[in-house]
Amino acid sequence: MSIYLNKDSKIIVQGMTGGMGAKHTTLMVESGANIVGGVNARKAGTTVELGGKELPVFGTVEEAMKETGADVSVAFVPPAFTKDACIEAIDAEIPLLVVITEGVPVLDTAEVVAYLEGKSTRMIGPNCPGIITPEESLAGITPHTIAGKGPVGLVSKSGTLTYQMMYELKDYGFTTAIGIGGDPIIGTTHIDALEAFENDPETKAIVMIGEIGGDAEERAAAYIKEHVTKPVVGYVAGFTAPEGKTMGHAGAIVSGSSGTAQAKKEALEAAGVKVGKTPSETAELMREVLKNL
Amino acid sequence: MEFQAKELFAKHGVATTLGVVAETPEAARAAAEEMGGVTVIKAQVKAGGRGKAGGVKIAKTADEAESYARDIIGMEIKGLRVNRVLVTPATPPVEEYYFSFLLDRSNRSHLCIASVEGGVEIEEVAKTNPDAVKQIRIDALEGVTPEKAAAIVDEAKFPAELRDQAIEMVQALWKVYVEEDATLVEVNPLARLEGDKLEALDGKVSLDDNASEVRHPDHEQFEIREEADPLEAKAKDKGLNYVKLDGQVGIIGNGAGLVMSTLDVVAYAGEAHGGVKPANFLDIGGGANAQVMADGLDVILNDPQVKSVFVNVFGGITACDEVANGIKGALEILGDKESKPLVVRLDGNNVEEGRRILDELNHPLVTQVDTMDGAADKAAELAHQA
Repeated sequence: MSIYLNKDSKIIVQGMTGGMGAKHTTLMVESGANIVGGVNARKAGTTVELGGKELPVFGTVEEAMKETGADVSVAFVPPAFTKDACIEAIDAEIPLLVVITEGVPVLDTAEVVAYLEGKSTRMIGPNCPGIITPEESLAGITPHTIAGKGPVGLVSKSGTLTYQMMYELKDYGFTTAIGIGGDPIIGTTHIDALEAFENDPETKAIVMIGEIGGDAEERAAAYIKEHVTKPVVGYVAGFTAPEGKTMGHAGAIVSGSSGTAQAKKEALEAAGVKVGKTPSETAELMREVLKNL
Repeated sequence: MEFQAKELFAKHGVATTLGVVAETPEAARAAAEEMGGVTVIKAQVKAGGRGKAGGVKIAKTADEAESYARDIIGMEIKGLRVNRVLVTPATPPVEEYYFSFLLDRSNRSHLCIASVEGGVEIEEVAKTNPDAVKQIRIDALEGVTPEKAAAIVDEAKFPAELRDQAIEMVQALWKVYVEEDATLVEVNPLARLEGDKLEALDGKVSLDDNASEVRHPDHEQFEIREEADPLEAKAKDKGLNYVKLDGQVGIIGNGAGLVMSTLDVVAYAGEAHGGVKPANFLDIGGGANAQVMADGLDVILNDPQVKSVFVNVFGGITACDEVANGIKGALEILGDKESKPLVVRLDGNNVEEGRRILDELNHPLVTQVDTMDGAADKAAELAHQA
């Protein structure tokens, strides 16, 4: 088992013919993921060979889904057009939409997230590495060679820390590793992923990686305390990072939390989560947990 | 800065007084003379608490305006040098209110905060009388319609005689927020002046960098280069994501999360080595070719505080052999003038080839360590010994 993505997932790529899209479609094909086509209105009806596979290009997400039975879309669309690409995929009722694009205006993301309300699509991202279920499927840019299948579920804001943690725990392996992205507003949250891992019978323990800023980790901590029975090990980056842009009076009033790494660590520990000081210490804590299961 | 926020306010029809920006005491005097009467001289700097720091003065005459401007220009507020003042006619408020639109990360939407109880001391009001500070959620798809603006004004309990003006101002501020792609539009104080006129006396606007990049090329004018640290300015010219910190171990890594984590690991390691600290944040991102690595090293090695450098790369998409070639190329570009030691930790994609390239290079300044913690320890040790 896994969450959100498995060996039966059929993936299309929005922006497959662009530079980033073509490069990573090739890598996804090579990883063994079932890529079934791409979307580009200007090149509809043609095919593109990527990773040794002949892939059809469709005019719309709807058409691609109809022709291929795709249930996942990965978007590598430039930031100026990401909002429209997301709305198109949501209107086509794609079950899973993974938005890799970095640099999407936050007002656009806010609109897309509001648009998702009551719709059937789950969105991951934007500005994220995507999701990998090792040895089954890959929707995103995570290298498929880092770690294999195993009992750990991983959710992280950061891309390279996802890779680092998968590498640290490659002796155990992962059910699914998901990078939710570090933008101020994102689709799938830490809490969504925690809930899914809690309900996934093969996930025995969960690693959660956070970063300074916002209060997502504090909210996740509250959720863990109430709803998660599986062991959770945490890591928060940014203890020594300089204070970011101040949000003036308004920010302090709203969040009620300083958003510092220390505050996040304390909130997680109060919820019974063991928090490592470094990625390798975090991996060590997870090994202890797994040994005692 | 205040004068820039007010420019954006004026552009979208928010009632405000622009005033005159003066970079010299003489210019401040001329502006005050032109305005006549009492003026306010305000330090223009990206920091709060300007009044408390002595950066805001009321001048009764043009002489006073010049003298205050002389005091204020050149002073430091929260570590930032003041290079200009804003001169405006003094318009003492009858009442002060608070108003803002901002990004609400927790609810993944927008939020309006409004209070008719006190302006400048809003944080205090929020603590002592939270009910007086209204938080109203804005639907990201609907935005602020005339009806929504009226609902906001009524919920915040603006005085009836100001209702129409307030509704108009709320809509104009929403225009600033949406059309400029802001993440914060704050008016504090929002003042009721003599004659029941509503005006934005002071303001702050934070713009979304992503949106500025994508659809607001004109936002570049708001960047004031003189404030930036010279190393940060140099890094920016080269398109590097660099932040100068106060420490001795230079850091280069790929991916913001991993670089932040690297800073932490170096700071912990530094505890055992005389308390050395990370000197900077530098994320070279995905495409770590020789030029990017050389540019990054060039910036870091020009920091006189730096005693050693830690290159921490996890090759995800970036291949470690490319990174190794980048380091090799950078050392060639920098040549013999370089004398600071480099500790390199490579892992991930094509790591064997990357390590082999550096082994073969056998450069006297380069030490390879296999783990992140071990490499951080080595870099801290070298910085401490230097």
